[in-house]
Amino acid sequence: MPAQTVNQAPARPARPVRDGVGLGLAVGVSGVAFGAAAVGSGLSVWQACALSLLAFTGASQFALAGVVAAGGSLLAGTAGAILLGSRNTLYGLRLGGVLRPRRARRLLVALGVIDETTAMTLAQPDPDASRTAFTATFCTLYLTWNLATLAGAIGAGHVGSPKAFGLDVVGPAAFLALIYPRLRAGRTERVVALAGASIALATTAVLPVGVPVILAAVAALIGALASPAVANQPAPDQPAPDSATTDPATRSPS
Amino acid sequence: MTATWVAVLATAAGCYGFKLAGLTVPQRLLASPRVRRFAELVPVALLAALSAVQSATSGQSIALDPARLAGLAAAFVALLLRAPFLVVIVVAAGAAAVLRAVGVS
Repeated sequence: MPAQTVNQAPARPARPVRDGVGLGLAVGVSGVAFGAAAVGSGLSVWQACALSLLAFTGASQFALAGVVAAGGSLLAGTAGAILLGSRNTLYGLRLGGVLRPRRARRLLVALGVIDETTAMTLAQPDPDASRTAFTATFCTLYLTWNLATLAGAIGAGHVGSPKAFGLDVVGPAAFLALIYPRLRAGRTERVVALAGASIALATTAVLPVGVPVILAAVAALIGALASPAVANQPAPDQPAPDSATTDPATRSPS
Repeated sequence: MTATWVAVLATAAGCYGFKLAGLTVPQRLLASPRVRRFAELVPVALLAALSAVQSATSGQSIALDPARLAGLAAAFVALLLRAPFLVVIVVAAGAAAVLRAVGVS
């Protein structure tokens, strides 16, 4: 049983294909913004496409384009962009145990270990649904992100701003929705989520872009040290969370 | 090959290597309850942080975009009402789009 069956309400049915494809399409179109930004920073169309095809992790891609645009050190820029990808290692630790890919398949699965696929995979109630969700999200997002990158790089970014369609909210809303069952599952999860969000916001002004999110792993470390034994034990009498304590975006960074 | 191509390909290789490294760690290293619990909590912490950062910052500064925050709040209400996942993100994007269409931010 998934953990969101608090208050005797039925669990939301797992819809790994529909949800994965939907998320992949909605987030993938942001590739237009990357393609346009990359070419605007001085990368060629093919360099922009190579990053989306081979790196396939948005934060690192934007980071490298930003350094090229600023005329900064390519060595430092490359190191920074790679460092931003380190959170995918932490995701891989968890996904490895759920997806259990073998040998050659692992090499392919690795390319797809990013924020969106991790969130969608771990939101599923069982391993089969998790594998389906990973595949659906990865395939859809990979195709959409790469086509959108090409479109943005050759100038389609002038058609309209993704913001006008509210697409900048898709990522934050999707991450919130996908960790929501975990937030209902236990107090430790809620505290860890709130602490992670607070750490990231509080350090945004003083650390390079992208690093605050990685630093949020400290919250998980403290949570694990404080409560190692209560994994996935939903409390039957647990009250519904109220918005003041679970909506990370409304927190002030202090 | 230009220096920019070297940077592009090195970034791609490094990012891929980091992804593969996590998958390649032997699962028996995760046998300890504390390590397993850490691996379970990492996505919660990082995705919450990502949601917050993407909602409320721009570059290295806090940036409170009213339409974006309203979209996230709408998503939260939809979650409280047990809306399915796709409904949640459509509600979020729709709320932000409508607010911007009527001139908010």
